[in-house]
Amino acid sequence: MTSAVKPHSELLRVTDLHAYYGESHILHGLDFSLNRGELITLLGRNGAGRTTTLKAILGLVSRRTGSIIFNGQEILNLATHKIPHLGLGYVPEERGIFASLSVEENLLLPPQIRSDGMSVEELYEMFPNLAERRKSQGTRLSGGEQQMLALARILRTGAYVLLLDEITEGLAPVIVEKLGEVLTELKKRNYTIILVEQNFRFAAPLADRHYVIEHGHIEKVIEQADLAANMSMLHEYLGV
Amino acid sequence: MDIFSIPSQVWFGQLLIGLINGAFYAVLSLGLALIFGLLNIINFAHGAQYMMGAFLAWIGLTYLGINYWVALVLVPIVVGITGVIIERTMLKHLYKMDHLYGLLLTFGLALVIEGLFRHFYGVSGQPYSIPDSLKGGTNLGFMFLPNYRAWVVVASLVVCFFTWYMIERTRIGAYLRAGTENPELCQAFGINVPLMITLAYGYGVALAAFAGVLAAPIFQVQPLMGSNLIIVVFAVVVIGGMGSIMGAIATGLALGIVEGLTKVIYPPASSTIIFMIMVVVLLIRPAGLFGREQ
Repeated sequence: MTSAVKPHSELLRVTDLHAYYGESHILHGLDFSLNRGELITLLGRNGAGRTTTLKAILGLVSRRTGSIIFNGQEILNLATHKIPHLGLGYVPEERGIFASLSVEENLLLPPQIRSDGMSVEELYEMFPNLAERRKSQGTRLSGGEQQMLALARILRTGAYVLLLDEITEGLAPVIVEKLGEVLTELKKRNYTIILVEQNFRFAAPLADRHYVIEHGHIEKVIEQADLAANMSMLHEYLGV
Repeated sequence: MDIFSIPSQVWFGQLLIGLINGAFYAVLSLGLALIFGLLNIINFAHGAQYMMGAFLAWIGLTYLGINYWVALVLVPIVVGITGVIIERTMLKHLYKMDHLYGLLLTFGLALVIEGLFRHFYGVSGQPYSIPDSLKGGTNLGFMFLPNYRAWVVVASLVVCFFTWYMIERTRIGAYLRAGTENPELCQAFGINVPLMITLAYGYGVALAAFAGVLAAPIFQVQPLMGSNLIIVVFAVVVIGGMGSIMGAIATGLALGIVEGLTKVIYPPASSTIIFMIMVVVLLIRPAGLFGREQ
């Protein structure tokens, strides 16, 4: 499955990952890996376990077993609040903008984890709408602006591995297009990205590899080059 | 000058008493609101922790010769540390459970703490004299203002404002607000939420102890002084809205004054007026005056 991986550049390797919320067993032995600078997608139906995969990496599930090696280090038993400091940034489903914080406070909230993150000025240049509305309450922004804020927020911290959950959900096509441009730019800057995405047309041209998740395990891996040949099968898996 | 044929001195006198009670309500309900917001725990031990503040000040003065001003700084720290220990050893196991468990545990703690002080010091009140520098009073022309009581109001307001500023205007406050709203996401950003929760509980408890030290020279220092007060403070928090900082401060002060003035207009209602307001507020705005609907 991961024969193309060059060991020296491997950044994340997930092996036999099981995750639980209380009594419910969500992930059933997930395996995948990711090299530095790659963008992969996790595809699948609602409830297949894509969001849980991101949460399990971040330690946000009640129990997990298996192995998650990040940058050569086992992070399965690391305290949740220490994991992001290794270089991970998270954009949760529905963006997670804090209503009790202003736009600027939202932007400045996540602690800096490396010194080479983007500066606030740089981010305001990238997302000018945020600069204009920096004093507004975070949730007063439009859906698209909130999504920009959720992205900007983790780019400031110096995270170089981004876990993005459904960032195009409920957004107008022109905003989705803008997000595509942002991701292309981030890829150019050598960010490593895991994209959980429902909008396959958005994800397809950006990704190096696609993982189809079903019932909490990887059902299929599709390299970007083989995408065209696998389209009909994908449609079946995703039910689109 | 009489209003409703009641001398204005009586009005001002009750206004002052109301303002002082309101100041205590504000500091105590502020701590409760802070704790509830971040820990989801209804801290029933708050009254006992307030009593501990007053008692430790008295013990410090009586046995160790620690004066009022030192006690005002030292006692909240000591009681705050006991709060940190309680949070680390007991409360932290309850966060994922129903509110009822936290309420039961802290209620039990209140009984144990009050029981211990009753065992060692009995139920009769201990006097704590007003520090020399605040003895006496000032004649304002329309009324006589005891200096210590003025100090209590000022000190409470300063502490309330300081706490509000910390929470609403600083980076640590942004962590606190974000942690109240979505602790999981804060963890995912690398914020040490468990540590923040411990410190918030310690600070809330220290606020109660601070109010206790302020109260020592005004009320009798006795083991049940907190349980008499805390029921009213809970009503204040419910009226203001659980988890709202400004709401807790404003409601505390306003209700203290309302209670004081009721004593002039219709004394029999003075001990129930706050609860009557609570009923009306709950009927009209179930989330409280400053609370957000869930």
